[in-house]
Amino acid sequence: MAGLSADSRHHEQRGFGRDVALFSALFALILLVAFVQGSPYALRMTVEAFAYALIAIGLNIQWGYAGLFNVGIMGLILAGSFASLFVSFPVNAAFWASDAAPQLGMAFLWLILAVVIVGLISQSWRVGVPKGLSTALTIISGAIAFMVIQSVFDAPTTAVERQAGWIGGLGLHPLVGWAAAGLVAGLISWVIGKICLGLRADYLAIATLGIAQIIKTFLRNADWLTRGTLTVSPLPWPVPTPLDVGFLWGRSYYLALSAALLLVVYLLIQRAYHAPWGRMMRAIRDNEAAAASMGKNVNGRRLEIFVLGGALMGIGGALLVHFNQLFDPAGFVDLNHTFLVWVMVILGGAGNNRGAIFGAVFVYIVWVMSEPAATALFRLASDLGRDWFDWVPPADLQSRALQMRVFVIGLTITLVLRFAPHGVLPERIARG
Amino acid sequence: MDELIFFVNRGLIGGLVIGSIYALGAVGVTLIFGILRFAHFAHGDVMTAAAFATLVLVGLLSGLGIDVGLPLAIVLLPVVFVLTALFTIGLDRAFYKPLRARGARPVVLVMASIGVTLMLQGLIRIVFGTGNYDLLGGERKVIYRIPTGFRDIVLSQPQALLIILTALSVICLHLFLTRSRLGKAMRAVSDNPDLARVTGISLDTVVNATWVIGGGLAAIAGVMLALDVNLQPDLAYNILLPIFAATILGGIGQPYGAVAGGYVVGFSETLAVFNWSVLLRPFAGVLPFDLPANLSVVPNEYRLAVPFVILIIVLIYRPTGIFKGRVF
Amino acid sequence: MSLISLTDVHAGYGGMNILNGVEFSLDAGQIGVIVGPNGAGKSTMLKSMFGFLNVTQGRIEFDGHDITNVKPEALSRLGMAFVPQEHNVFRTLSVQENLEMGAYVRRDDWSGLLARVYDIFPPLKEKRNQPAGELSGGQRQMVAVGRALMIEPKLILLDEPTAGLSPMYMSQIFDRILAINATGVTVAMVEQNAKQALGIAHKGYVLASGRNRYTDTGEALLADPEVAKSFLGG
Repeated sequence: MAGLSADSRHHEQRGFGRDVALFSALFALILLVAFVQGSPYALRMTVEAFAYALIAIGLNIQWGYAGLFNVGIMGLILAGSFASLFVSFPVNAAFWASDAAPQLGMAFLWLILAVVIVGLISQSWRVGVPKGLSTALTIISGAIAFMVIQSVFDAPTTAVERQAGWIGGLGLHPLVGWAAAGLVAGLISWVIGKICLGLRADYLAIATLGIAQIIKTFLRNADWLTRGTLTVSPLPWPVPTPLDVGFLWGRSYYLALSAALLLVVYLLIQRAYHAPWGRMMRAIRDNEAAAASMGKNVNGRRLEIFVLGGALMGIGGALLVHFNQLFDPAGFVDLNHTFLVWVMVILGGAGNNRGAIFGAVFVYIVWVMSEPAATALFRLASDLGRDWFDWVPPADLQSRALQMRVFVIGLTITLVLRFAPHGVLPERIARG
Repeated sequence: MDELIFFVNRGLIGGLVIGSIYALGAVGVTLIFGILRFAHFAHGDVMTAAAFATLVLVGLLSGLGIDVGLPLAIVLLPVVFVLTALFTIGLDRAFYKPLRARGARPVVLVMASIGVTLMLQGLIRIVFGTGNYDLLGGERKVIYRIPTGFRDIVLSQPQALLIILTALSVICLHLFLTRSRLGKAMRAVSDNPDLARVTGISLDTVVNATWVIGGGLAAIAGVMLALDVNLQPDLAYNILLPIFAATILGGIGQPYGAVAGGYVVGFSETLAVFNWSVLLRPFAGVLPFDLPANLSVVPNEYRLAVPFVILIIVLIYRPTGIFKGRVF
Repeated sequence: MSLISLTDVHAGYGGMNILNGVEFSLDAGQIGVIVGPNGAGKSTMLKSMFGFLNVTQGRIEFDGHDITNVKPEALSRLGMAFVPQEHNVFRTLSVQENLEMGAYVRRDDWSGLLARVYDIFPPLKEKRNQPAGELSGGQRQMVAVGRALMIEPKLILLDEPTAGLSPMYMSQIFDRILAINATGVTVAMVEQNAKQALGIAHKGYVLASGRNRYTDTGEALLADPEVAKSFLGG
């Protein structure tokens, strides 16, 4: 530390003071909500905010550390929470007893076989097949495999839906489910990253936007897997539920668990940030060409961070969905599960995990509070309009009022990018 | 023969119509991508905004009793073209230009364009709610039936106009880019912005021209799409992915590539969800297997997967696109 | 009175200065050649004249105007043209379109000038409808110089016009530069092939570490044993 100039030490201290001030204000805000709306309400809000904080850290390391542009957060949250649901939901005995189970197993064997065959064909250029031919064969065989697999799955899935409703879960502990959430979301990130990370940043944005829609479409329509529009509930908790110990205690346990998880993740990530690995990440982000010329495997490092961030999004999503105990694929929308997270990160300060946590909790509180606020505002406006101008407000005023929030999210993004590009808690470049 | 006509109506005309929409959108996106260097995520909502602007104008003018044999929405198209062009220039001034002036990275502009998308979506829904609107103002859609001796080939007036307008737009754009001084300057900036500065080309003029073309074509696409289906607030947000797929497939900064990409994506999508059983039905007797009732490559609910898969294949095997656009 | 002059110019990228007080001046009709080792700031000096980097101290004048930190877009209107070393043609535009872009700022009829450029570079006429990116390196260089001539510049700045060209093309390009100069265009160029370039120079500048080392006529520099030993490879 002797090498630090007085000026920069002063800067660090001021930065620390700012952190303390902002987080104290945040705590006071939560207490205020608890006072006004009651503790169970405040507890629920805080748990959800912490789940968002995990997701925001995931985005923060992707965007803030590595400059990777992910707008498919909703897809990763959805995939992660479904994985967790599948692992931890009670076993559906009807399914395992039915003859649809072995049929479905066979279909999965077909799927694996098809993936292996197409995979082998895609590598055929290694054994001397011309590159163009290999590409063409891969695309054709992929298309054929897709149609075959689709027809192979047709019968078993219909059978599942008819005989047992859906396949149910595996009945394992929810914490195993959360781990699975991270694993699945990480795996999806790996595939996307593998394809897009060598290309320009916009392509990653487009591809992630697409994959999120595809995941959602699939989970919405695969009734045999997710009950589709019928939704699944109640998802198990890793701690005693409100049914056993009452709202206050149940939610407190869950809050303690999420807080502990958040703290552990934060500490680990901070450690990595200051380790050589983190320094290298920043070097790559700030000057890709220089890092590459120094022999760093730029895309390899980026892939690591993209997968890690994706896994955190999956885990955060599982936390969120388990808490609400309801899994409804239609309930996942870009606005709440992608762009809200973006606002959290860029407002909090990209590159700074404390900023991401602050941004997540603060923005989530504002988000939750904005619903009644927007409704009240619109009602006031429509009352005044009626009284003063004989204006007849449309019947769906309530739902229109909520659209105000879409506008505000968009406005916040553009304003922050323009006027406060470093957020409220900017990245403090670690020295040494 | 009836089956074949059914295929023409559903498969070919359907592909041509949606392909035209994608092509018009993708030309704008590819020009903006080529000259301003970022993927304009708000393009879909610019289309929607143009359609709603038309709705308002139609509402205002329908009382005047103008009748020229065409729907008012189409008569107003030139007006909406200009309005949308001005609107996109305004968006650029307000949200993108300050970021460029600061030297922000292109992805920051992508993020800003997502912010703009959300603002537009929010505003449109606050004003118009989430319901459906009819741009024809209650008039019946004119349907052309072309007799073939079997089943008729059916084409609605908006569909026919869309196809004609797209062809006209592409020809005009071609002449503009290859014959006019400003058009050549646009290609020069897209090719090599630094060298364009050296030759004294005014970047502001080129940027404005880009928005005029991109915004104007988006207006045509948005209005025609709203006439073909229904006008609703999320009209065009859902076609953003196919438009991007068409843009990348055609090669960034390549307007002809974007047109080709638009039709490739449009036809792939339409043919992938087409029920091929219909075409095979006459041969049911000679086929070695029972014909399923529905034989499509992709079920209709997975329509969106088609452009996505095209996108992924292009990104894996030819990220420069078929027309060799830029990648950096 | 000189056409272009740099007085005590300090300039660089970001916060770091590469030029530390250089001087340069050319009278109308002269050829000036800048030589020196790699990293001496030769190209930087040329780019600072054309407004590409931030001049932190000093003054640049052109044809009676103070052009210190004037942006490149404005300079072509004053009659100054710049040919970068790399990426100096619009690859996807045809040869003719490249030349037309050179005349972008002109509103008068320049068709006669186009014919003159084709006279100076006959190979370009045959290939005028081909995309410039498909031409050979030497022909691309012709397009780049031809493009610069389309504004009828008073001063043309050439950044290593012969870099990467075969010896045959190299002497062709030098011939053309002499021909262009003969029509009254002042030329300022940076060159790696110092001996050949100084051979045609009215004025030569030897730069090292962002400062002037030697300044004299081209002939005198070539004759100076000190210069020959340190900078011209013996």
